[in-house]
Amino acid sequence: MNLSQLQSTSISNKLKSAGLQLKVGPFSVRVKSTIPQVLEGIKVLYADYPILENEAFSDFHVCLSKPNNLRRWIHPQVLFKFDDRVPFKPLPLSQAYPFFEWGLNWCFAAHSNDYVILHAAVVEKNGHAIIFPGEPGAGKSTLCAALVLRGWRLLSDEMAMIDIDSQQLIPIPRPISLKNESIEVIRSFAPNVIMGPVAHDTSKGTVTHVKPPRDSVLKSTESAIPAWIVKPNYTPDAPSKLEEINSGELFMHLVKNAFNYSVLGEVAFHTLADIVKKCRCYEFTYSDLEDAIKTFDRFAEQPK
Amino acid sequence: MNVSKNLVASIYCNAEDALNFSQSQWDLLVRQARAANMLARLCARFEDEQLLDKIPQQIKRHFTSAKIAAEALKRSIRWEVHCICKALVDTDIPIVLLKGAAYTVGNLPAGLGRQFEDVDILVPKEELDTVERKLMLHGWVTTHTDSYDQRYYRQWMHELPPMRHVQRQSSLDVHHNILPETARLHPNPKKLFAKAVLIDDNKPLYVLSKLDIVLHSAAHLFSDGELHNGFRDLTDLDLLLRDFGTDESFWRRLLNRAREMELSKPLFYALRYTNRLLGTPVPGETMAQCQALRPGGVGLRFMDFLFEHGLQPDHPTCRKPLNGLARWLLYVRSHFLRMPLYLLIPHLIRKAVKKDKH
Repeated sequence: MNLSQLQSTSISNKLKSAGLQLKVGPFSVRVKSTIPQVLEGIKVLYADYPILENEAFSDFHVCLSKPNNLRRWIHPQVLFKFDDRVPFKPLPLSQAYPFFEWGLNWCFAAHSNDYVILHAAVVEKNGHAIIFPGEPGAGKSTLCAALVLRGWRLLSDEMAMIDIDSQQLIPIPRPISLKNESIEVIRSFAPNVIMGPVAHDTSKGTVTHVKPPRDSVLKSTESAIPAWIVKPNYTPDAPSKLEEINSGELFMHLVKNAFNYSVLGEVAFHTLADIVKKCRCYEFTYSDLEDAIKTFDRFAEQPK
Repeated sequence: MNVSKNLVASIYCNAEDALNFSQSQWDLLVRQARAANMLARLCARFEDEQLLDKIPQQIKRHFTSAKIAAEALKRSIRWEVHCICKALVDTDIPIVLLKGAAYTVGNLPAGLGRQFEDVDILVPKEELDTVERKLMLHGWVTTHTDSYDQRYYRQWMHELPPMRHVQRQSSLDVHHNILPETARLHPNPKKLFAKAVLIDDNKPLYVLSKLDIVLHSAAHLFSDGELHNGFRDLTDLDLLLRDFGTDESFWRRLLNRAREMELSKPLFYALRYTNRLLGTPVPGETMAQCQALRPGGVGLRFMDFLFEHGLQPDHPTCRKPLNGLARWLLYVRSHFLRMPLYLLIPHLIRKAVKKDKH
C-alpha cells in the first residue's frame, strides 16, 4: 500500500501515535510527529512511497517534536530524535520539515557502513548512472532535479550509496532539496513541479523539496551501474562546457566527499578506485539547464 | 534481577535465542543495543557462535555496520597510542593504558566489539608535569580553560583536565590514580605500577595486571554517576571474569588484591551484579567470602534498587518506574563517594551558580 491511499487523518493519526512506517530505498523508517508541517510535507512528498505495518522491523525510529520546556511556546523550536537520542541542537519550528530530511540523511549516512557513501546526486537512464559529486553550491541538486523532471530516474540527490560487493549504486530516492535561487529556477523550468513546505532563514537560506517522480520511487529496488562521474560546476551565464578530467584528481574529490571513507579505510579506497577506473570522468560547467539536459541525454544514448 | 524487557542482556547471554525473534523483537533488540553501545559486541557474539549469517540481511547490517565502525575506532585508538608514545619517546616514563585502550591495544577479552572514543592513560604522579608538557608540545591542549575547573582537577581529581589534540580532535585523559584524591577509597597507584604488564618490546607501554584490570573496571563502574554505558561496562567485567576466571587461583588472588588495594567493596558489587544480570560464573566460595563485604540489611536492597536501574541499557523500553530517581541517586552517590561533604557542598554550589552565569 502506498501513502497516497491513506486518508490525511489516518496519516496524521499514525504520525501522532505508533508512527508511520515508510519504505525509503532499502530502509524502513518509522516517523512520529505532531507537527503539522511535517505531516503536510510527508503527505505531499512521500505520496508514492510504500507504507509498512508497524510490526515490521524499522531501521530508523525518528520523531520530530516540540521540546518540553518554554521553547514549546516562546520562539517555538523543534527537536529531531533518533529513537531516544537527540543528535542535533533544536531548530526553529518553522524548519521542522527540512529538519526531518536532514535528520534522515544523517541517520542513513552514519549507520550504513555496508556501503561506501558519497555526498553526491545520482540519476540513471537505460541502466547506466551518472554520479554528481559535489560541495554545496556546485549545483548538483538543481541539475539532478532538472534531469529527473525530464525522464531520468532519481537514485538520490544527496548520497550515492555504493554497494561494496557489487559496486553498483543502490537507489535511495528522496525528495530533492532545493535552496534559494534554484527554487525559482526549477519552478520556471517545470511549472507543474510539486514542492513541499518552504522554510526560510535556515542555515542554508530558503529551502524546499521537490517530490520525486513516481517511477523513481517504484524502481527503488533496482540498482544501477555507475558509468559516468561528473563534477558539476554551476557558473552564472557561462556557456556549457564538458571537460574530461584526470581520474586521480577525481578520486581525491570523491574521497573528500565520502561520508564514511575513514571508517571503511582500505575497503573504501579500493571501491572508489575501481569505480573511478570504470567510469568516464568529467567536469561540467553550466548555467543553462536545457543545455545540460541535452548533454546528458547524449550520454544515455551511447553508453560507453 | 527480573527485567525481562532487556533483550540485549538476554541475547548477550544466549545469542541463539535471537533466531526465533519476531520482527518486532529484532526491532527492539537493535534499538536497545544501539542505546547501550552494544551493537558491535553483539555482532561479535553472533559471529563467535556462527549465527551472524542466519540473521535476516536487513537486520544483520545494523550489527555489521557497528562492527565496522568499532574496528575503525580501534584503528584510530592504536594510532593515538602510537602518537602518545612518540610524544614521550625521549623519556622512560611508564605509560599504562586503561579501560578501552588497554582492552584493545592489550588484546584483552573486553576489547571484543567495544565501541569507545577516548584514550585513558596512567602515569606516575611525579611525572605528571613532564608528561603534560611533552603532550602539549605535540599538539594536545587542555579542554578546561576555567581556573576553577583547572584547580578542581589538579587538586582533587585523579587526572589532569581532559586533553584534546588540536588536529585530530581526539580526547585523552591522563590519570595518576584510578580514583580521585579526595575519594573515600584510596588504592595506592605505586602498587598498580609494580604489577603492570609490559605489552611492547620497544617502548615502556603497559597495561594493568589482570587482577588490577578487573578491580579498576569495578571501581570505575560502581563509583560512576552517569551510567550511560553502564550495561556495556558490566559486560566488560563479565568478559574479563569469564576469561581470567578459568585459572582457579585467580579468584583467591582477586580477593586478596582487592583487600590490598582497598577495593573490596566495588569488587563485591562487580561479582554480585555480573552474576545476577549476566550469569557470570563466580565460584561459591568466592561469593561466600565476599558476603562479608556486603552492605548490611536494607543497605544491600537499596544498592540492588539503584543498580537494577543504572545497569540497564539507557533506552525507554528498559526503564521501569522510579528509573529517574534511581539514576539521580546514583549521580548524587557518585559525588558523595568522590569528595567529602565539606568539599563537595561548596563545589556543587559553585557549579550551580556558574551554570546560571552562562
